[in-house]
Amino acid sequence: MTVELRGNFGIYVHWPFCASKCPYCDFNSHVRHKEVDQFRYAAALIRELDYYAVRTSGSGRRLESIFFGGGTPSLMDPRVVSKILEAISCHWSIDENVEITLEANPTSSDSLRFAGYRSAGVNRLSLGVQSLRDATLRTLGRQHDAAEALRSMELARLVFPRLSFDLIYTHPDQGEDEWREELSLALSLAADHLSLYQLTIEPGTAFYSLERSGRLVMPLEERGRTLFDLTQDLCLAAGLPAYEISNHARPGSESRHNLIYWRYGDYIGVGAGAHGRFFEKSVRYAASAFRLPETWLSMVEKNGIGLEQDVPLSPAESGAEFLLMGLRLVEGIDLDRYRRLSGTNLNPERIASLEALGFITRHKDGRLAVTVEGRAVLNRLIVELID
Amino acid sequence: MAKLSHIRNFAIIAHIDHGKSTLADRLIQLTGGLSPREMKDQVLDSMDIERERGITIKAQTVRLRYESETGELYILNLIDTPGHVDFGYEVSRSLAACEGSLLIVDASQGVEAQTLANVYKALENDHEILPVLNKVDLPAAEPERIKTQIEDVIGIDASSALMISAKTGLGVENVLEAIIKTLPCPQGEISAPLKALLIDSWYDLYLGVVVLVRVFDGRLTKGMRVRMLGADVAYDIERVGFFTPKLVDAEVLSSGEIGFLIAAIKEVAAARVGDTITEDKRACAVPLAGFKPVQSVVFCGLFPIDTGDFESVRVALGKLRLNDASFNYEMETSAALGFGFRCGFLGLLHLEIIQERLTREFNLDLIVTSPSVVYELVLTDGREIILHNPADMPERTEIREVLEPWIRASLMTSNEYLGAILKLCQARRGIQVSLSCVGSRTILSYDFPLNEIVFDFYDRLKSASKGYASFDYDFTGYRPCDLACMQILVNGEPVDALAMLVHRSQAEVRGRFICETLKELIPRHLFKVPIQAAIGGKVIARETVAALRKDVTAKCYGGDITRKRKLLEKQKAGKKKMRQFGKVDIPQEAFLAVVKMGGE
Repeated sequence: MTVELRGNFGIYVHWPFCASKCPYCDFNSHVRHKEVDQFRYAAALIRELDYYAVRTSGSGRRLESIFFGGGTPSLMDPRVVSKILEAISCHWSIDENVEITLEANPTSSDSLRFAGYRSAGVNRLSLGVQSLRDATLRTLGRQHDAAEALRSMELARLVFPRLSFDLIYTHPDQGEDEWREELSLALSLAADHLSLYQLTIEPGTAFYSLERSGRLVMPLEERGRTLFDLTQDLCLAAGLPAYEISNHARPGSESRHNLIYWRYGDYIGVGAGAHGRFFEKSVRYAASAFRLPETWLSMVEKNGIGLEQDVPLSPAESGAEFLLMGLRLVEGIDLDRYRRLSGTNLNPERIASLEALGFITRHKDGRLAVTVEGRAVLNRLIVELID
Repeated sequence: MAKLSHIRNFAIIAHIDHGKSTLADRLIQLTGGLSPREMKDQVLDSMDIERERGITIKAQTVRLRYESETGELYILNLIDTPGHVDFGYEVSRSLAACEGSLLIVDASQGVEAQTLANVYKALENDHEILPVLNKVDLPAAEPERIKTQIEDVIGIDASSALMISAKTGLGVENVLEAIIKTLPCPQGEISAPLKALLIDSWYDLYLGVVVLVRVFDGRLTKGMRVRMLGADVAYDIERVGFFTPKLVDAEVLSSGEIGFLIAAIKEVAAARVGDTITEDKRACAVPLAGFKPVQSVVFCGLFPIDTGDFESVRVALGKLRLNDASFNYEMETSAALGFGFRCGFLGLLHLEIIQERLTREFNLDLIVTSPSVVYELVLTDGREIILHNPADMPERTEIREVLEPWIRASLMTSNEYLGAILKLCQARRGIQVSLSCVGSRTILSYDFPLNEIVFDFYDRLKSASKGYASFDYDFTGYRPCDLACMQILVNGEPVDALAMLVHRSQAEVRGRFICETLKELIPRHLFKVPIQAAIGGKVIARETVAALRKDVTAKCYGGDITRKRKLLEKQKAGKKKMRQFGKVDIPQEAFLAVVKMGGE
């Protein structure tokens, strides 16, 4: 257990509000027409941090990353961000290279707060650019246009030491040439990190209803595959190889926070709908908070914590989660750690047959990893590996 | 105890959907058998599957108390009978226990072939027939035309046919009065030694085996020691009584009455349908005629998808068999499928119902192998064997002759669908025996190989005629045929469960159809999966399931792994519902689809 505790500890802070709901988004985001009392929410987030400080005390954890996600955290008053970071620094010992990321929308109004975030301590910005084409941005229901996004990126590069931005691809009618052009432009603008997500239609979203009624037709699987392959090639050539299914970075500039998730490290989540995974007295817990901000807020104000679920994970569950996350990484997984978590070994025959098909490989250091071919069909690979 | 003159025993004969169960509901309601609170639609169809499919599988009986217009109290025993051709044997039993029948005919659709077949069975049993036109309230009703048709086709007087709507209740009271006035009362000698007919038996979770009887002579009392003459076993009667349709205990069942008895009988198979029940110490001289034993016509293998479920399947089959002596099973082993059972059924619907009950009531996922009829093989060494399992097919060189079972079918249809039906009959290797027109209806007689009609003929007929055709059949004997064993290879490996016995001339069409169907039902794998149909090493059809190209979650929200894990668990559960052959997972639906296809 002590091995699992050496580092790999992060804190996720969820800001559940957005100015508008995007038609593809199934994240825990909510639009409120009355102004949100930010300082009341901040106080609640800090109460949750106090709660977790007790649960994670005495473990010698060093905090490596803090991540403000959403919703739209760039709607937060920089003073709120500052208060939260202060509370965190009171509770945990912080790694000198700590990564503090904030997700931001590239609108001109949000950009006004960049400097404030920087002085609060944020050292990495993740911009939700989503597309560099106006038509696509309109389809995706975004509030900014391409020019605004470019200005926002320019400013962010000046303000923050590190910058990442997101793009969404494989949307209806997107051709290969169109994406090649857009991605090449993106790569020329990229600082050290890019997240490139293929559009998926999730239940409960506006796109989901549109697709069901036949008014939105998603590209066929084969085109999705072509665009995925093209993306891998272009990024590699530009010096930002994939280090995870949808994430690309210059070597050394990977998102430390997301690596905690993927390496199945410990993290706590504060805020509505936030998730956590952490060891407590040798037992790994899965915790998640109430999703509706108002419910979460009243729970925290009453009980000091807004958890809806807080359950120990069985070895089989931990093992499954470790595979699900770890195999997303190009670096792959350590099979010994899998055995420690799950109490079992992966079936060597299964490994061999998937290796023979070219979907998985063993690194020189013995780690088990998914090949480029395998990454496109990872969900299925894991089903095959695990049963 | 009622006098014989105040008892009436009757069956209801009707085509499926002509309103039999609804009329039964109304009669029960009118005579107060159930309170309005206890009443639900099709109260006699107690199995879930019966309600969902809107069909009656088991015959049910109910005693009605009716006070006539003259103020006399009558006991009416109603037997509700199944309508589907697979369960025709149940009809014969019910008829033998009654003196009369209500013939329900839909006032717009008219007489159907199966109604006709059942009316003839009733007439053979010397029944008085009371014609009832149902659904006369519908705009399409043509009661006068249908009356004429009943007279033309069946040859009974329909001039005084009752006009009712079981749905609205219109005219239903007249049915009760007509029953006592028109149908004969039972005959019998109450002081004679007990002579009772075993009509049916079933297993009840709380009561054990319940035996339905018709007492012809004498009295059946609680505590009496009775002997089943055919089985030659004696039992002490623990309870007797009748259904209203609620179970009601009685002290005695007398000559002319229908009711149940409960004794310490272990399984339904011990209570043989058609057996004669008499008093042990004062036996009747001559047993009743009894019935022909029921024969299975379709065989298939049932194998658990999870080999660890074998014992559970055995237990489940045993439980179903307690209640349904008309299907049988024995253990079977297959190299590819492991341990399972070879089962015989009355028809494909019967097979589907058993399979569905195993899945639903016992939560078992099964592979159903291609069903087959029973073939007779004459081998070159002169031996004769029977064959209903493709796995047992001898080498071609060892076979001198293959014989297949044939049936004679009677079909009836409106003339407008005649063309489509003749085409269907021809495609199924039918040989026309006769064709006669009565008004706007045509009655057809055809000889068919059983193999051609047992699988989906009934469904095809229904769609070819929009439901306005009906069908009944009898066995006629065996005739030579050219039979081949077709293998289905998935990813290069033969899958035993999909192998089937086919007529050589139809092998290619059927092989192609099966490959196409499997292509739709076998999920995509990480590699491409060829599907081939072959006879004796020669490939006659081929399809390919393309490899999976993309299946990856693009993003996971803020460290929410739970949702991904739940998804994985769901996928794993889905995979568990499939059986692996070589490297390929084949789902249960693929086997069921092959079961259902008879080829075009």
